Amino acid sequence: MTMVLRMASLNKYFGGLRACCDFDLTLEEGELQGLIGPNGAGKTTVFNMVTGLYAVSSGSIEYYGRNIVGVPPHEITQMGIARTFQNIRLFPNLSVLDNVRIAYHFHAGYGVSDSIWRSGHFSDKERELTERTQEFLAVFNLHTRQDEIARNLPYGEQRRLEIARALAAEPKLLLLDEPAAGMNPAEVGSLMELIHFIRDRFKLTILLIEHQMRLVMSICERITVMDFGEVIARGTPNEIQNHPKVIEAYLGRTAALRGAPLAG
Amino acid sequence: MKRHVLGQDLRFWLLAIVVMLVAQGIFFLGDRDIPIFNLVGGPFAKRVIISACTISIVSLGLNLIYGFNGQFSLGQWGFYALGAYAAADVTYRWNIGDASGLVFVVLVVALLAVTYGLIGRLIRRSFGFMDEMSKFTLYLIGTAMAVVVSLILTRLLHGVVGAIFGILPATLSMQLVFLIATLAAAGLAAVFSYLFGQPVLKLGGDYFGIASWGLTMVMFVLANNADRVFPEMKGSRGMIGIPVVTDWPWAYLFLVLVALTMRNLLDSSHGRAVISIREDETAAKAMGIDTTQYKTLAFVIGSFFAGLAGSLYAHQEGFLHPSTFNFIKSFDPLIIIVFGGLGSITGTIVASFGWAMVLFYILPSILPAGGEGWRFVVYPLALLLIMLLRQQGLLGGTEWGFLKPTRWSLAKKLQSQTKATEKAADAQAGAGVLPPEVAR
Amino acid sequence: MQRVATWRRKGLGRLFLWGLAALAAYVLIRNLVTNPTLFFQQVINGLQLGFVYALISLGYTMVYGIVRLINFAHGDIFMVGAFVSFYAISRFQLNQVPAQIVGGLSSNISAFLGTILVIILSMLTCSALATTVERVAYKPLRNAPRIAALITAIGVSFFLEYFAALEFVFTSDYINYQRPFPVQVWDIRGVKISNIMLIIVVTAIIFLVILQQIVRRTKIGKAMRATSYDTPTARLMGINVDGVITFTFALGAALAGAGSVLYAIAYPQLIVFMGILPGLKAFVAAVLGGIGSIPGAFIGSLIMGQAEVLSAGYLSTTLRDAIAFTILILVLLVRPQGLFGEPEGEKV
Repeated sequence: MTMVLRMASLNKYFGGLRACCDFDLTLEEGELQGLIGPNGAGKTTVFNMVTGLYAVSSGSIEYYGRNIVGVPPHEITQMGIARTFQNIRLFPNLSVLDNVRIAYHFHAGYGVSDSIWRSGHFSDKERELTERTQEFLAVFNLHTRQDEIARNLPYGEQRRLEIARALAAEPKLLLLDEPAAGMNPAEVGSLMELIHFIRDRFKLTILLIEHQMRLVMSICERITVMDFGEVIARGTPNEIQNHPKVIEAYLGRTAALRGAPLAG
Repeated sequence: MKRHVLGQDLRFWLLAIVVMLVAQGIFFLGDRDIPIFNLVGGPFAKRVIISACTISIVSLGLNLIYGFNGQFSLGQWGFYALGAYAAADVTYRWNIGDASGLVFVVLVVALLAVTYGLIGRLIRRSFGFMDEMSKFTLYLIGTAMAVVVSLILTRLLHGVVGAIFGILPATLSMQLVFLIATLAAAGLAAVFSYLFGQPVLKLGGDYFGIASWGLTMVMFVLANNADRVFPEMKGSRGMIGIPVVTDWPWAYLFLVLVALTMRNLLDSSHGRAVISIREDETAAKAMGIDTTQYKTLAFVIGSFFAGLAGSLYAHQEGFLHPSTFNFIKSFDPLIIIVFGGLGSITGTIVASFGWAMVLFYILPSILPAGGEGWRFVVYPLALLLIMLLRQQGLLGGTEWGFLKPTRWSLAKKLQSQTKATEKAADAQAGAGVLPPEVAR
Repeated sequence: MQRVATWRRKGLGRLFLWGLAALAAYVLIRNLVTNPTLFFQQVINGLQLGFVYALISLGYTMVYGIVRLINFAHGDIFMVGAFVSFYAISRFQLNQVPAQIVGGLSSNISAFLGTILVIILSMLTCSALATTVERVAYKPLRNAPRIAALITAIGVSFFLEYFAALEFVFTSDYINYQRPFPVQVWDIRGVKISNIMLIIVVTAIIFLVILQQIVRRTKIGKAMRATSYDTPTARLMGINVDGVITFTFALGAALAGAGSVLYAIAYPQLIVFMGILPGLKAFVAAVLGGIGSIPGAFIGSLIMGQAEVLSAGYLSTTLRDAIAFTILILVLLVRPQGLFGEPEGEKV
């Protein structure tokens, strides 16, 4: 198996605060791994470092064997790492179509002067781009909504659009940050289907941050658990559910002593 | 499929020409003092229209930077001043038989553009990631070298160029020199904004606004003291003797070109990248958009427009005074784009014309004779009233007619596919590619 | 290895900035050595200017800290304060009232009390004006986009200037200001120090201390800090946010009112546009110090005063404003949040 992502002894300081402490994680091609932990454990910080939004204090992040520490975020995305955000970050005043077309930007294939002169090359490419976007939206059943302004979509569709937009950047690795936040059980069900579906269809490797245990436990193959910026456990969902340190982090010490398993 | 785009542009040009002809007719009648027409088509009306076109162009540039790209710039008035003085100096010198201004400005813009391109490549190739201040220093060194080289070349070339242009008839060469001066002045504003933007654009938010506003103030002070280096600019006494070349067709032509350029830019993948930064910069980065590059692009193009408008302004009255470029006036474009609607090309143009009407026609006519002082008492009150009543501006981000983004019609294959999915969805079969639960 | 990499990335920029700093230091030191008397005179003049700026910039910084609004009308409120004091002194001889009420006061004490009276009147007028402006123009826009409030502020600024320029209000001409007390100048080894300078420094320091106490110790001060930190939460905690904002405007305007009298005494010529430039520079000073920070505004103003006077003295009189704004741009580049400001990290 090829290693997609390898983080080693990763540290992140905010002033005196250590948000991420000797973190390490590996991700194999085609894997769906979960990253869980209580609030403030540093999960999103890890995502922000991988995508280049935060500067890494020390340590290394290798993507297909290449160190990507210090590479600006847009280049990281162009290398094939896309993400979604915990609190949906669409382009709120733009249409659904434009939201996805922006993600295709890198593949537009014409220059600024082409667009100002409206050259033939421009119209060919622009049309191709738009058609591809529409086909893509159809995959997510958003094509009937393509002219709607993103902020007017219902919550569940906004989530779906954000995932669609991330996939339009044609990633090999997808980072999902709490995709099920604020969803009811039925919606979580369809989200699970969606994640499985996109992984198979787009041949993705996925790293998933999630709080909803049901989701994580049922779809992830491996799970890494963080607390206070450190890895406290890793293993299969079964191993994690009964890991005393994990139970302690989530439910407190007494629960851990009683040996209560986490909800399955 | 190409016909579609061209068709839209064709209609745009037709409309532009029709408007131009109608206006020309009105002016023709107005010049002959025919009743009614002399009101709307007299020399005064022409002045108002030229002013409106000029302010439109600056405001469109600012709208690109602030309304579309989300970078709050107060520096456009500084670039406007730069363009005005640069172009005025070129034509002024030309008028007294000296081609050095023309040669120098064109050379310096060309050399700087090439130098910046080379430095940019050098930084990418051999330095990798460099902090903004270091880049700025490199660019500054490059600028100094380019300026020195252009000075030397100007010494050598200006006689020859003067002679070549001298072959043409005087009126034609004047118009030609004006055109070149305008484009070169706009280019100067653009390259200078590139240099300035290198370190400053990363600030973002209010800080970028404050820093760029500092630039406007510096330009104002420099305009007041310009006579130390360029005696013909006469510093705070005001520059006189600039040839009056900006007739309304020039102003109109440039406005049409600027509006079209903006629409074409914004209705493309690059334009959407520019807009995405306004919407959510972090998300734009995460979507693979090089935000620094696109902020610079919007800022440079916007400043190009400001420089262009500056040249038009300088050649309208033949007179430049630093007080035009002071702090108070620098807010005019901002007021206009907010009134017209941030992120609306149509709105900006409409608001510019409205602004000119109000300032030149409506205020003077409703105020009693001798009530000059009241003009700027009523104007801010109107400002407050409109802000209280309609904060999103007149058009609030929508466009009219030809300025609307292109709608690409669906290809046949996809149309049928879409219909099929819609039908399927109607039939509650939940067909399509997604499993039914997801499709819900 | 790491250091080499850092040098490649940042070295050139640092070199450039240090070069500029070294150049400035060289100019200053050379002048200090060649003519120390003149140098100290300049520093004293810079202090005088800086303390006046401090009084104005506090209003900018507090208002920005709480409502994130660059209150462009602040400089014009400052102008109104100066005019009010002019009329109080020249028309109504307010500065002589203490002598008339209490007979037998020595002229010095009488002038001193009279000046205080004039300052208080100016402060009250400015506060009242700022409160009115806030209620009428800014409050209805509290939930509007920030740009709407900014444009409104510009509108208010225009209005105050041009309304004041009408003949029946103030005047559009220059006016010579009549000082409420005679000027005294002491000569210390060639360096001239006037009583004006001392009064400005002492008054500014007193006001700063009072302000710090208000913000630190009182309930309303605590409410101000809370509102500045997080307005919605402050509202949820039962703080009367609108009241706090109005109070902030009034407080800032009162300081500007005091500053305006001192400014007019020091530079005795008035015009309705007189508020623009000191206002702008005070704002720049607030940004230098870190906008939203009270000590920052104070230090920033002192730096601004020195920068202005020293660059006028040693570099170029006419370019002094350009130099001031260039310093602003440079400081922003090196430290966008200003000297004392908190960096605004973006939450992802």
